[in-house]
Amino acid sequence: MIKYTIKRILLLIPVLFGVSLVVFLIMRVFSPDPAPVVLGEHASREAMQAWRNAHGLNDPIVWQFIDFLKNALTGNFGTSYYTNQPVMKEIMARFPATVELAICAILFASVFGVLLGVVSAVRKNTAVDYASTILALIGVSMPIFWLGILLIILFSGTLHILPSTGRIQPMLQPVGGTGLYLWDTLTSGDFEAFGDAARHLIMPTLALAMYSLAIITRMTRSSMLDTLNQDYIRTARSKGISSHRVVKHHALRNAMIPITTVIGLQFGSLLGGAVLTETVFAWPGIGSYTVQCIQKSDFPVVQAVVLIIATVYVLINLIVDLIYAFLDPRIKYSKEEG
Amino acid sequence: MDKTQDTAAEISLSTQEFLEKPESQWKSMWDSLKKNKAAMVSLAFIIILVLIAVITAIFPQVLPHDPYEQNMTKTFLFPDGRYWFGTDQLGRDIFSRIMVGTRVSLSVGVIAVAVSMTLGVVFGSLAGYLGGKVDSFIMRIMDIMLSIPSILLAIAFMAALGQGIDKAVIAISLVSIPEYARIVRGEILSVKENDYVQAAKVIGDKDGRIIFRHILPNVLSSIIVRATLGISSAILDASALGFLGLGVQPPAAEWGDMLGRARNYIFQAPYTLIFPGLAISLTVLAFNLLGDGLRDALDPKSRQN
Repeated sequence: MIKYTIKRILLLIPVLFGVSLVVFLIMRVFSPDPAPVVLGEHASREAMQAWRNAHGLNDPIVWQFIDFLKNALTGNFGTSYYTNQPVMKEIMARFPATVELAICAILFASVFGVLLGVVSAVRKNTAVDYASTILALIGVSMPIFWLGILLIILFSGTLHILPSTGRIQPMLQPVGGTGLYLWDTLTSGDFEAFGDAARHLIMPTLALAMYSLAIITRMTRSSMLDTLNQDYIRTARSKGISSHRVVKHHALRNAMIPITTVIGLQFGSLLGGAVLTETVFAWPGIGSYTVQCIQKSDFPVVQAVVLIIATVYVLINLIVDLIYAFLDPRIKYSKEEG
Repeated sequence: MDKTQDTAAEISLSTQEFLEKPESQWKSMWDSLKKNKAAMVSLAFIIILVLIAVITAIFPQVLPHDPYEQNMTKTFLFPDGRYWFGTDQLGRDIFSRIMVGTRVSLSVGVIAVAVSMTLGVVFGSLAGYLGGKVDSFIMRIMDIMLSIPSILLAIAFMAALGQGIDKAVIAISLVSIPEYARIVRGEILSVKENDYVQAAKVIGDKDGRIIFRHILPNVLSSIIVRATLGISSAILDASALGFLGLGVQPPAAEWGDMLGRARNYIFQAPYTLIFPGLAISLTVLAFNLLGDGLRDALDPKSRQN
């Protein structure tokens, strides 16, 4: 198991190197010159030239890439073209917002997805099953941003019960801490701020979770149906074990293996979905920030964000694979040999 | 006695049919698809969409209003008998704009899938058939692309390529190549070892011929299912790019772009945001249901779930 883990971690290096190369090629080689965008169309040639020199954009492209890699390894991604702040600082100011949203969404999607999936597998071809099928179909067919818009129209525009933008009311904003407002307000005992942060989270979480909820529900249902047809389930039932216990201890535990994989993969795709959700709800995370930076040609930021998200994504996939190997010993041994 | 004869006749007949019509796989697929109500309704809906796209392109006069004509005295009219879906922030008829937008969304979906599928099939076939270093090289590149969330990668491509719906098609095509390459590679690995492929090798067929004549026809059905589902995700991705303001140039009508531009008026005129989103969702839903139906028709096992 340890050998397998180390091998997998080493395999990440070429992938992340490749990601850096791809991002670098897109942003630095194929993208148009950022100078006119940053300085304005009417800036003088000399000013643009000086600006390019100052940001190292006139160096040979290979050097630029080597510089970028060297600095990235030490967590230094340069400075933003606009604020002149270190990119890492800009990102870290926004990262907790995205993390908090993504964690809430994946928790919501996993808990309700597994629950709905199990119920519709156990009560196959009943009203509950059909309802969850329809919900899943809607979930994968509706654009995230439209779902977000509909939620705003309903809960903010019509019922006036939920705030449509932002993370928290400015005066309740916690100072310092982790940047995860739910955690910060709870640990400092400020329940008014906690309630406000929670209210701000409800709609973005729902919008972001819907797609994953649909996928997890379908996966759980089909995985449960497979397991419920196995001989050992029939054996368990024939021994007189209660139906509830059979489902919970015998079927779900085995069905969880493929479900874990799907949940892990969904967590990765949530990071992509966050780009849209954050834009709709003006959520101050790295998703909406990246969109703005791409439009403004703020390359250092974009390179850093894509690299960080890709790192998180491959790390999550690695963790999922390890959990998978842990849950199912058969996989562990066969992979260790190979 | 009679019964035995009948059965024998039936068997010989079906053998004959089998020998005469090698395409019967497609007929049986169609027969089984026909029984799937959801898939048939979706197919009908898609045909209607195609008709709308074609007819509004050739005869724009069938539209109740000019989809591009601005009228600042008629902004945000509530839906009524004259403006079925209301008017937008520039006084344009939303119904006519949605009708015209059908063409954009359908062509983006179909072209993006065609491009990414072709490239995916080429890379997947090469990787799966040749194996070894070619395989690891191609699949590593695919892994790298898969480790960046596709919408983020597409936005980055858009930044490099510049705005515009044609650029959006390229961006969406590029980011979906790995998906097809993976499927085709997997299928080819499983088909490659079959006796008939080995036999073709023994009689000296060239690699290209083996791939095109013996292997690809056997993986075609799964590619078709994937492509149908791929159209729905391409339409979703295109609408997302449009929503972020990276899609069509004004005054062109595209569903995602309509939502992105009307978003600032969400409380003033929510109906401007209902219908374009509904159009995206129903279209995507139709392609999803048709894709699911095709998959079930091809693989009866999956129907149990």
